[in-house]
Amino acid sequence: MEISLSLKYIPILITALIVFVIGLAMVIINQVLGPKRPYSEKYLAYECGLPPTGETRHRFDIKFYAIAILFAVFDVEAVFLYPWAITFDQIGFFAYIEMVVFIALLLVAYFYAWIRGGFQWD
Amino acid sequence: MDVQGAYNAANHFLLKYLGISLFKALIVVVIALLHVAYITYVERKVIGRMQQRLGPNRVGPRGLLQPIADVLKLITKEDIIPSSVDSRWVFIIAPFISLVAGATSLAVLPIWEHFVVTNVNASLLVVLAMSSLSSFGVILAGWASNSRYSFLGGLRAGAQVVSYEIAMALSLVGVMMLAGSMNLVEIVKAQIASPFKIYAIPQIIGFFVFMIAAIAETNRTPFDLPEAETELVAGYFVEYSGIRFALFYLAEYFGMVVMSMLAVVCFLGGWYGPFDIPGIPMFWFLLKLYFLIFFYIWVRATLPRYRYDQLMGLGWKVLIPLSLLNIVITGFIKILV
Amino acid sequence: MPQALEIIKKQIGEDEWDEPYYVNMGPQHPATHGVLRLFLELDGEYITHCDPIIGYLHRGIEKLGETFTYSQNIVLTDRLDYIASAANNVGYCLAVEKLMGLEVPRRAQILRVIVCEMARIASHLLWLATHALDIGAMTVFLYCFRDREWLLNIYEEICGARLTHTYPCIGGVRLDFTPHIIEELYKFTEEFPNRIPEYETLIDVNRIWLKRTKGVGVISGEKAVNLGLTGPSLRGSGVRYDLRKTVPYLIYDELDFEMAVEYEGDVYARYRVRMKEMRESNKIIRQCLDKLAECEGEPVIAENAPGLFMPFDKPKRPQAAPHPKKVYLIKGVEVPVVPEGDVYVATEVPKGELGFYLVSDGAGHPWRMRIRAPSFVHISAIPDLCKGQMVADIIAVIGSIDIVLGECDR
Repeated sequence: MEISLSLKYIPILITALIVFVIGLAMVIINQVLGPKRPYSEKYLAYECGLPPTGETRHRFDIKFYAIAILFAVFDVEAVFLYPWAITFDQIGFFAYIEMVVFIALLLVAYFYAWIRGGFQWD
Repeated sequence: MDVQGAYNAANHFLLKYLGISLFKALIVVVIALLHVAYITYVERKVIGRMQQRLGPNRVGPRGLLQPIADVLKLITKEDIIPSSVDSRWVFIIAPFISLVAGATSLAVLPIWEHFVVTNVNASLLVVLAMSSLSSFGVILAGWASNSRYSFLGGLRAGAQVVSYEIAMALSLVGVMMLAGSMNLVEIVKAQIASPFKIYAIPQIIGFFVFMIAAIAETNRTPFDLPEAETELVAGYFVEYSGIRFALFYLAEYFGMVVMSMLAVVCFLGGWYGPFDIPGIPMFWFLLKLYFLIFFYIWVRATLPRYRYDQLMGLGWKVLIPLSLLNIVITGFIKILV
Repeated sequence: MPQALEIIKKQIGEDEWDEPYYVNMGPQHPATHGVLRLFLELDGEYITHCDPIIGYLHRGIEKLGETFTYSQNIVLTDRLDYIASAANNVGYCLAVEKLMGLEVPRRAQILRVIVCEMARIASHLLWLATHALDIGAMTVFLYCFRDREWLLNIYEEICGARLTHTYPCIGGVRLDFTPHIIEELYKFTEEFPNRIPEYETLIDVNRIWLKRTKGVGVISGEKAVNLGLTGPSLRGSGVRYDLRKTVPYLIYDELDFEMAVEYEGDVYARYRVRMKEMRESNKIIRQCLDKLAECEGEPVIAENAPGLFMPFDKPKRPQAAPHPKKVYLIKGVEVPVVPEGDVYVATEVPKGELGFYLVSDGAGHPWRMRIRAPSFVHISAIPDLCKGQMVADIIAVIGSIDIVLGECDR
């Protein structure tokens, strides 16, 4: 009997479970073995030896969003490239030209982002 | 055969399959865990030698029991969850996400032709997906800790991992083009055709980009900015202590092992070597793996840390164009040949 | 720091959503070289404002100095810049000797120069080690410590202590070098010039290192002078000012060495200056060892040097007692302990210009001891240097100006 395609992915889940159980076991053993001597200072957030003041949540740089958007663009591009790369032998020269055009188009956007300072952190 | 019999047979077969998978997965995970434990020892020992000191030598002969002592120590530490933590559940779950995502890729990485937990079609995609998942743990940890340093560390980690993710994903496209497959076993087998049975030579640019991106993905020196000790103290896991810290630590080293294994499989020809060693089919695989791990350690002992803007500049302005160029060149050469 | 307090108050009271991000760096932080606290105002990864807050290591050394005798105070100076304590000892002794008008024997002067320059090398090695570690180059750290260890071993043989030497005493030095020490020092000066290229190959040709240090924390010569920078931090900005050359003390005028100067004024220039200084110091030690051979067997302490136990009491004023109390400074000769008056003596210690201002009212202890600590002055330059830099650069900048909190807080 052959294993169907989707069933083949089950062992990945099993591995994940094993790792999770190992991690969980470590934490549980720690709960049992570890000492518990609570006092309020111990539970303060670390701020270089000073009691933390004020909010830690804060507006952060817009650049992180810009990076996230660029990431989405490029990751989608990578996803486009994968099937093309696998079937490269079969689809031949024309597909290659198409992909070069695709990459070139992407590079236009890339250089636009570069010139507009999308990758600039200062 | 009647329906019930066929059903029973299928059921039996399925159970057997699951049982074997469980057994295989258990073996792989336990061996990997042992490797991780002893990589920490080897790292300290090797870096110690590189820095003209001894490294651990107290626990057991030549300090060989040091990793076990470390685990025992961490496991008997008090479990501290700061009261300022935003969401206890996220705080608790974050290291598990990192750990599970970091180690699950082991299921698809072939150590030998006949030794892989499961041989799926898109195994490369699974590895990439898992490596991007592990960054979630880092970001969530930074966010949930609700401390200034972990917040900054989490942000840095997020942007860094995301940026180098692209470079890594693109650097592997060349390998897929040459092998015509996403199956890691197929990729290894396809490498027999190339010089020295490795893809690192035709894919030299891809290999270079991949190695840098892999170091950055696993937050190791010189790209250890999310946890830059001298700037952000410990970055995203500053609030984690005891066993929860150990989980992050484990995740980092699992990531290192997985990335090295992926590099061996995709670029260094997996279990194939210049000649066969009878009896130990994984010999070449392990040798290459250990060399790459040594390389990680070596880099750590040698290089200073990048600054944040320089790191992002390297990722976006150098590695991504290089990997795109690699795709175009690979395609061009393949068309010609 | 009133400004920092104000900010914190404001922060608690008002809506902080539109305010910059405030981060405390230190006092308990792996990279602030002791217990320096920096109150940072961040805009993203960039620093818009930086307040150094000091005093976490205050031990009242200046005040304490008024309650100890002149000889006992040497021990306090060890605890200033504890990385190069011999240099502090010498600076202090020079001040007291100037106050007392003591002539130090030549051999003692040579020995003092040797321990000073050893301290300079030891201090710069530790500086290089921690600076490199801050930037992430871990290996340099241990290489430097290996050689610093060698020096500390020599120190241990010289005076029995590795960190707090108290080797010089008023009027000379406590002990002469044994032949073995001289032999060991010869070996060191022979070997050390080969060690420096070793560090340089580790970091100097590393692109990441150059990227992290070149053009970072630039300070012009004029501004450096205005901020009161001294030592390598000043010379890195192209100002030719080295007290060993400009106001020679001890036997520095007889020695052949170059002043290390670089002109860029950035972190890298300050690094180059210190590397050059280590080479020059090595040369100086070598010359001193040769000079030492010329005056073999000569005394290392002035004949009229005061003992360790100085009379503590102030000589009574004439109106209080008809006969001013004379005390024995030198056996048999009745003089006041120390002449009345005040004196300022500055020496070039590894960190910069270390000055001792002593006011004497005639007693066996200073009436006032004021220390001009280079680190204290240098910390005042941090806000200027850090503004507009990235978080990662602060570490490089603080490292490059080489502060020691023991000296700053006193």
